Amino acid sequence: MTLERGETLLVTFAIPLVLLVFFSEVPVLSEPTGRRIEFLAPGVLGLAVMSSAMVSLGIATGFERSYGVLRRLGVTPLGRKRLIVAKMASVLVVELAQSLVLLGIAAALGWRPHGEVALGLLGVVLGTACFSGIGLLLAGVLRAELNLAASNGLYVILLLLGGIVFPLDRLGGLAAVARWLPAGALSGVLHPSLGAGGGISTEAWIALAAWSVIAPLAAVVSFRFD
Amino acid sequence: MPAIEVEELVVSYGDFDALRGLSFSVDPGEVVALLGPNGAGKTTAVETLEGFHRPRSGRALVHGIDPLTGHDELVGVLGVVLQNPGLYPMMTPARMLRLFASYYDRPRDPAELIKRLGLGRVADRRTKHLSGGERQRLALGLALVGRPRVAILDEPTAGVDPAGRVVVRELIAELRDDGVALLVTTHELAEAERLADRVVILREGRVLAMGRPESLAAARQEFSFTTSASLTLGPLAELLGATITEVRPGEYRVATTATPPLLAALTGWLATRDLALSDLRRSSLEDLYFSLLEGADTTKANEPDSRRRGRSSRAARNES
Repeated sequence: MTLERGETLLVTFAIPLVLLVFFSEVPVLSEPTGRRIEFLAPGVLGLAVMSSAMVSLGIATGFERSYGVLRRLGVTPLGRKRLIVAKMASVLVVELAQSLVLLGIAAALGWRPHGEVALGLLGVVLGTACFSGIGLLLAGVLRAELNLAASNGLYVILLLLGGIVFPLDRLGGLAAVARWLPAGALSGVLHPSLGAGGGISTEAWIALAAWSVIAPLAAVVSFRFD
Repeated sequence: MPAIEVEELVVSYGDFDALRGLSFSVDPGEVVALLGPNGAGKTTAVETLEGFHRPRSGRALVHGIDPLTGHDELVGVLGVVLQNPGLYPMMTPARMLRLFASYYDRPRDPAELIKRLGLGRVADRRTKHLSGGERQRLALGLALVGRPRVAILDEPTAGVDPAGRVVVRELIAELRDDGVALLVTTHELAEAERLADRVVILREGRVLAMGRPESLAAARQEFSFTTSASLTLGPLAELLGATITEVRPGEYRVATTATPPLLAALTGWLATRDLALSDLRRSSLEDLYFSLLEGADTTKANEPDSRRRGRSSRAARNES
């Protein structure tokens, strides 16, 4: 059902894909071609996680709440717990499909991971928890239309500040802040593990782990089904 | 054991007590209609039974289950129509019924239910394009697809056209014959009279009256008649020895039993004035409902209600 919504396909597949191809082929960034794709592939994977876990999940859930669907489902044997499990499963399935498509194309463009892929996978899992938490936090508190605007706005901000298309060290003074934001933390884990290789900074792990605990907890505490 | 048991139920929103000691029950194979003006507590009562509110005190049980602590067990035996039906706008009725069917162990056949609800023509249309009545019937279908033992339907006929209402009534009657307990809220008194084995009339979170619709009305010892002109009520009230109220222009309610001598006196009185008697009937549930609410209101005279004021000012009391 998730993939039947046109806007979901746009945000989860089309946008990351366009960014990946555009920035790897057009020399806006100054790195040589081979390194550009090495930088972009992990960053765009992080963006994909943000798209499906935060934007797509959050907006859909916000509208379901405003339609009264969540309330109605609460009075069926599906119940709230299984509804949440089902939503998590659908996010993971979408992410798997995103990874296959994006990394497949990245590989075709010359991407080869040099780091510890398993750590990258752990990063994706923590990122999913963190961004689902943020998406559901907004969906559970804001009116559907406001939630739509807020998720999209946050998406663009985190896209720019997340080390996704612009490396964090190009952000100047903002980098110090951006590094601790969820997207920056995720790309801080994904870049070494799925890109150029090398060690992952402790602060990236700390920031990502903290967000992946705090955001879902905040969502659980504040979420209203009706 | 009653299928729904409500005892001395108190439910509050902050300082406001929506239910103030409500008690009633519904047996298996029985249809009970909850009636009452807006704000009487109908929806709070059904939502408490569905597990949406925590009672401050008292007891609400469905099929012997506490709706809060036994929620997982409750949802297997309960079918509901909520005030907001909660449909996915982009989904078709056929798909939504199949989806809900998949939540239950032994669901009804969604295709059969679609046909039964008269939704065959729109089965593959997105719910956002359905009429209000079609959505409401789909909501009823979603309540029934899991073969509930108890069905709680909040205004299941709201926005449904006359043909659709027949379908809803038939479905409710079928369920009752299968031993399902049904609790239905409605604003429409005629609907309640047709639908329900018993009615419970609420006012300000308490039961004002309950019983079988016809015996409730009969117990009122009153009748109504309609005539072709407006009457001066004083002399007639004196003749009949009863209070007469003009309910609508030309329609009168007499607060006594319609015995043959009394009716003879009434028709004789009309005959001497050359007035036709165009309708004579026992009290309907609607008459009962309004006279009950009026009675309850006499203790609260400061509540604005133009309809009530308009009518009571026309009432002529028997002086003798």
